[in-house]
Amino acid sequence: MRRSKYTRPAWLGEQGEGGQGTADKPRLTTSAMIASLAGADQRTKPAPFGNALSALAETRPEVIGLTADLAKYTDLHVFAKAHPDRFYQMGMAEQLLISAAAGMAREGFMPFATTYAVFAARRAYDFICMAIAEENLNVKIVCALPGLTTGYGPSHQATEDIAIFRGMPNITIVDPCDAHEIEQVVPAIAAHQGPVYMRLLRGNVPLVLDEYGYTFELGKAKMLRDGNDVLIISSGLMTMRALETAKALSDDNVDVGVLHVPTIKPLDEATILKETSRTGRMAVVAENHTIVGGLGEAVAGLLMRSGVFPTAFRQVALPDEFLDAGALPTLHDRYGISTKAMTDSIKGWL
Amino acid sequence: MTTSTGDAGRQASKPPMSNLSLADRAYHIRRHALRMGEVQGQGYIAQALGIADVLAVSYFHAMNYRPEDPEWEERDRFLLSIGHYAIALYAALIEAGIIPEDELKSYGSDDSRLPMSGMAAYTPGMEITGGSLGHGLGLAVGFCLGLKRKQSNSFVYCLFSDGELGEGSVWEAAWSASHWKLDNLIGIIDVNNQQADGPASEVTGFEPLAARFESFGWHVQRVDGNDIDALVEAFDAARNSTEPKPRIVICDTKMAKGVPFLEERERNHFLRVEPHEWQKALELLDAGRTA
Repeated sequence: MRRSKYTRPAWLGEQGEGGQGTADKPRLTTSAMIASLAGADQRTKPAPFGNALSALAETRPEVIGLTADLAKYTDLHVFAKAHPDRFYQMGMAEQLLISAAAGMAREGFMPFATTYAVFAARRAYDFICMAIAEENLNVKIVCALPGLTTGYGPSHQATEDIAIFRGMPNITIVDPCDAHEIEQVVPAIAAHQGPVYMRLLRGNVPLVLDEYGYTFELGKAKMLRDGNDVLIISSGLMTMRALETAKALSDDNVDVGVLHVPTIKPLDEATILKETSRTGRMAVVAENHTIVGGLGEAVAGLLMRSGVFPTAFRQVALPDEFLDAGALPTLHDRYGISTKAMTDSIKGWL
Repeated sequence: MTTSTGDAGRQASKPPMSNLSLADRAYHIRRHALRMGEVQGQGYIAQALGIADVLAVSYFHAMNYRPEDPEWEERDRFLLSIGHYAIALYAALIEAGIIPEDELKSYGSDDSRLPMSGMAAYTPGMEITGGSLGHGLGLAVGFCLGLKRKQSNSFVYCLFSDGELGEGSVWEAAWSASHWKLDNLIGIIDVNNQQADGPASEVTGFEPLAARFESFGWHVQRVDGNDIDALVEAFDAARNSTEPKPRIVICDTKMAKGVPFLEERERNHFLRVEPHEWQKALELLDAGRTA
């Protein structure tokens, strides 16, 4: 028997003409797939990946771009327009996308292959593993909709992509925070010989880290602000949330440091150990990913192996569930990764 | 490469001409394979014996390569999608002078360059890591696109199998190869009608195979894969065709061809052969050659 956990929304009221509904309307009705993550007053930059790749291609003739019918939704269309003869539309066929990218890498090219994170992580896993990672080929796999960045439900929410790729030898995993970082990640992963999985924020991407004088270095974690009470260790979009949380908690006289860890694998163990060894700080790992197998467990394992025990260790992460469909701000609140939810969580832990 | 492929303008760099006939080459490939099989006492011997003629024609008639330089840029690429056929390809690579013959004693053993399932990192002349079936043809699409970008005249040969056709990725690649008009791709399907769980035609019937590839936009030929003259003609036609299409040579082969008592075994996907039977197999192979 098929059982649904979902029922008719309460705010609709009773079914039929007599239903009046409730005054409490849902605050958001859109779950648009490509909704921007940017807040209303946040600075943004359009298509940082597509623009950075186009620029890179000017000086790296071996760079080519491939996609599986998702150029527009991974910002690769910008590259396709700038370098039409170096763009390969592989159609809606992710296994082929990855295999063909591997073959082109064998012939000396540097393919940037784009799709959604769910399709790379789930559908094309065997192909990434055997055709690319096992041969350590120079393919960059760049995937939109990482973690919970769409309201479409589990078919599009790659909540476990990092867990999946962490288990794959040879592959480097990068989870950039904002447009400023994405622009720097592109040339950096091109300079690295070997396969890379990059989580992509696309469209009008928030611009945050430029204010912190930040520069991306592959494999390096960096302190964005110091703090004596709590150390948030975060990657991807959760770093911008961590910075906002730090500001919010400073009003409560809680001093929060933020360590940004954009390279999930290989992990910058030295920096993480150095910062977590400092006495008197709670460590909170924040990630846009299921609590299973992501940055949090990577850091936890490192600390246990190294005999480093912060005052407390907590995780802000998505639950080990198939998540709801809906509007992103609602879902980020519901699953604890909005700034407010994270701030509340940390207050509760102190 | 433009739509005109053919051999015109291709730099000839075949191995030194020899007096050995293609039949001799096929015989040697079978012999190398049997000797490797004996090292393990078991293995994919029947496939190797079955595909030996195809490999002989590929390596000693059709393909350009330099035995002393397996990574020579202008070589034709041979992609073994069916990794478990490695024993057959090793035999061909030994015969081609790319792998020293004495290494066959190490087949499937610790620290060997000749593992049971073919992997690119292990073996000179092994272009890809096969074994997870359904990978080769997609990789071939990438190789072909890359070669075209480089305006190379090299061909990409990709050997896959009837059972492997059950993998959807094969059809993603077949579709794509036609879309990109990959006239530098020569697919070879070994139709031996035997897969792990039984006859391929029963596990998931794959016919009408020629019509299926025709409908996907391929230049299609189907030949007796144990008839060397027919194979030569088919490979020549595949290389010389001016049609802007990928080519497929569907090869019907006989499992364990050349060793009658192994041919007769009903389930011969993975053969176990008793120690005393290896000598008998070699003798029967020799007898068949002189017959």
